[in-house]
Amino acid sequence: MKSKLLYSSVVALSVLMAAPVSAAVKIGMITTLTTKAGYLGEDIRDGFKLAIEQGGGKLGNVDVELMVEDDGRKPGKGRQIAERYIKSDKVKIMTGIVFSNVAMAVVPKVVKDNVFYISPNAGPSALAGKGCHENYFNAAWQNDNLHEVMGQYVTDAGFKSAYILAPNYPAGKDALAGFKRFYKGKVVGEVYTKLGQSDYAAELANLRSTKPDAVFFFLPGGMGINFLKQYSQAGLNKTTPVFGPAFSFDARILKAVGDAAVGVHNGSQWNFDLDNATNKQFVSAFKEKYGRMPTLYASQGYDTANLIGSALKATGGEPQNMVDFRKALEKANFDSVRGNFRFGNNHHPVQDLYVREVVKDSTGIHNKTVKKVFSNHQDAYAGSCNL
Amino acid sequence: MLLFIEQVLNGLQLGFMLFLLSAGLTLVFGVMNLINLAHGSFYMVGAYVAATVMQASDSFVLALLVALFTAGLCGFLVEVIVLRHLYKRDHLDQVLATFGLILFFNEGTRMIWGRQPLFMQVPELLSGSVEILPGIPYPVYRLVIIAIGLAVAIGLYLLINHTRLGMRIRAGASNRSMIAALGVNIRWLYSLVFALGALLAGFAGVMAAPVFAVESGMGESILILTFVVIVIGGIGSVKGALLGALLVGLVDTLGRAFLPDLLQMFISSGANSIAASLSSMGIYLLMAVILAFKPRGLFPA
Repeated sequence: MKSKLLYSSVVALSVLMAAPVSAAVKIGMITTLTTKAGYLGEDIRDGFKLAIEQGGGKLGNVDVELMVEDDGRKPGKGRQIAERYIKSDKVKIMTGIVFSNVAMAVVPKVVKDNVFYISPNAGPSALAGKGCHENYFNAAWQNDNLHEVMGQYVTDAGFKSAYILAPNYPAGKDALAGFKRFYKGKVVGEVYTKLGQSDYAAELANLRSTKPDAVFFFLPGGMGINFLKQYSQAGLNKTTPVFGPAFSFDARILKAVGDAAVGVHNGSQWNFDLDNATNKQFVSAFKEKYGRMPTLYASQGYDTANLIGSALKATGGEPQNMVDFRKALEKANFDSVRGNFRFGNNHHPVQDLYVREVVKDSTGIHNKTVKKVFSNHQDAYAGSCNL
Repeated sequence: MLLFIEQVLNGLQLGFMLFLLSAGLTLVFGVMNLINLAHGSFYMVGAYVAATVMQASDSFVLALLVALFTAGLCGFLVEVIVLRHLYKRDHLDQVLATFGLILFFNEGTRMIWGRQPLFMQVPELLSGSVEILPGIPYPVYRLVIIAIGLAVAIGLYLLINHTRLGMRIRAGASNRSMIAALGVNIRWLYSLVFALGALLAGFAGVMAAPVFAVESGMGESILILTFVVIVIGGIGSVKGALLGALLVGLVDTLGRAFLPDLLQMFISSGANSIAASLSSMGIYLLMAVILAFKPRGLFPA
């Protein structure tokens, strides 16, 4: 009896003690930190943390507590983490997911439970069109965007025929669909490769025999490294220019591909050389803190944090009133590293998209912004969203 | 027609690459009756060490030697520290232990080298391409992989069939306790075989490093193909591994190369993605067909 009393008073005390700490707004981050793709989540997290650190532990002058969990690229695991965040941690704001398949397992569920989800990366079409939701925001892009910009650019540059390839999975098909939406030339080959494939000799031989004017590929991660190395070893880079989305040309991949990537044009919503004050201080602060160049994923993590900060600032803390918080998010009243940034009706960015070129100079191999291809570009699914 | 010849060459090249990996795996399985899922880890170690040494010294030969030594040494240590205690246990225990080793090696490379995939260039001498057939330039490096695969095949044949060590290996495979009774130190023989297997995997890793992405976990994507190879070839047979590897390489490459066009003649829409799914099934279909007629593989040891 006595011990029970003691026990309950300890519990009561600890609750009292904990009260001031829990005033911080909890942000639950579910991201991919292991597997080969672990560096994507690592960069999103580090960009996000940088924003918190710059605010002195606050976002938008409100104390925040960032919780980070690794989903291991597995939808089931992502969902478990989300449930734990909601049930035991009472999290109201979530973010972090890298991959669309994980996002599809988590996002539709959590937004129904009155949690705000702000995506720093994955933007599957299913969440942008009919499946859009008032509590779901995407601070990066809709998945098709970076392929669409290349479709437009390759058309503008006057390439009459293109050979296109992507892995055989939903995001791969979306990628080629996005490219074709804006490419007006002839597609002489459309190839779907195995997910995780390492040898591309067969595809390259076929590609050579169809004599395309240009090649467009979407092969994220190691697949892209394999492809680019083998493409240049086959001597194809001397005859046929290759194009792709930024995913295969981030600072980390360029280091692994080396000279084979030089000269390739790729589409992105961000680059380290974009000329605005926010971006300049972000790039130098990131380099100083982590000792490496930020990737686009880091920039998205940073923007996501500052977007959340802008809404916290407007509402003064935990999203008590969901309507106010949502309205504040919709305004996107923050300084983006991309310069222009606003949300469309489906809570996806309406933004400028650029083409970059991989160049080599005394500082190493990096991307140089070549031109702005789209101004205020909106995704193709916004029309079918009822928000 | 020219394209077909080029694709056959591509298939052979992939096959020889797989052979380098599967020779060691099948040897270990055949001689020691041990399932080693961590074989791909030695491949990764070979690639990482080669890329690091190459970056530091700019010498491919040095990179090759250091990588071979390190992979062999890793194999030796793994055998002595971990696997030696598992020979008497059943296969499930071995699978669990070697799966643990995969995690260990993957995290280990992440801790030592970080998440950044490494870069390794093709050695100067072997870069560039030669025109093997009119209008078809072929990378020299890929031809070298074929040549090295052939050389290793011949070397292993000589080692196993015409040396005293090979005789002991064969004897150890067929009757472990008899050869121990005859005074051969079977423990060290096993360590040696395992180190040799690891060294071959490391060799494959070195050859793969300039062509493929050198990243943590690179071993697993190729390990599955390697297991298909040794199952097709007959577990424990180096000859089977060679034939199995070439078959898998050819079927995989030719399937990827020609199925899309072939299907397009019959179906109009969606042929591309159906072909992609079919061609990734190709090697497993091959395996199923071969096992249906030869349940123990082409050359049961």
